[in-house]
Amino acid sequence: MRKAVILVAFLFVGAFLLLAATSMRPFGEPTFAGMDDHFIAETQAEVGANNAVTAVVFDYRGFDTLGEATVLFAAVVGVLALFRRLREDEA
Amino acid sequence: MNSGMSIIVRTITRLVYGLAIVFGFYVIMHGHLTPGGGFQGGAVVASAFALLLVAFGAAGVKGKLNAHLLQSLEEIGALAFLALGFVGIGTAFFYNLLANSGSLFGGPVLPLGSNPGVFNAGGTLPLMNWAVGLKVMTGIAAIVIVMLIGARKEETE
Repeated sequence: MRKAVILVAFLFVGAFLLLAATSMRPFGEPTFAGMDDHFIAETQAEVGANNAVTAVVFDYRGFDTLGEATVLFAAVVGVLALFRRLREDEA
Repeated sequence: MNSGMSIIVRTITRLVYGLAIVFGFYVIMHGHLTPGGGFQGGAVVASAFALLLVAFGAAGVKGKLNAHLLQSLEEIGALAFLALGFVGIGTAFFYNLLANSGSLFGGPVLPLGSNPGVFNAGGTLPLMNWAVGLKVMTGIAAIVIVMLIGARKEETE
């Protein structure tokens, strides 16, 4: 009974993935390419950086990087707070 | 010798960790030209610190790497990144004020198209790379040090 359920689920999910794969867009043709084309064409003139990825991460999408930095800050503060609690337990 | 690994690991670590730190700083420095940037380079430098910690143990690096100093440096990096974001607040948050302005890092206007890259370019991008790189390398190093010391203490209890 359990194996039958697993088989049915496997077939269902597999058929779903195959269906999705057949109707996928061709590689290199995204649905909305406006921003991509702008970044590729204008990064060198606007930012002056050859690395378009860094230009996107630090300039066009600076807010995203600020969020990532906040995540790292929270991780560091959390780990140090945990360590401090351990040290007070010993004292 | 309760902490640290064998003499083979320690010798190879002595050879390699300097190279890892230099490579990490290279990745940070050339973040606006080559693949990588502040996050990646900072992680490479932090991996060198982690290698030292694993090879020599918590006792081997005691007094050489201070977790609280590293945390202070991490916060300095975070504040520098935020301040650089506020530099362009006149136009928009994170506006690249220095790009193509002719000053430091705004230097010569890049030749468009494929080129080997001009180091003195990118506006606030290299400065932000340095800020984020400092933040990531010191932050991850502080996490690794503190967790290792905490784990050692739990073992001995």
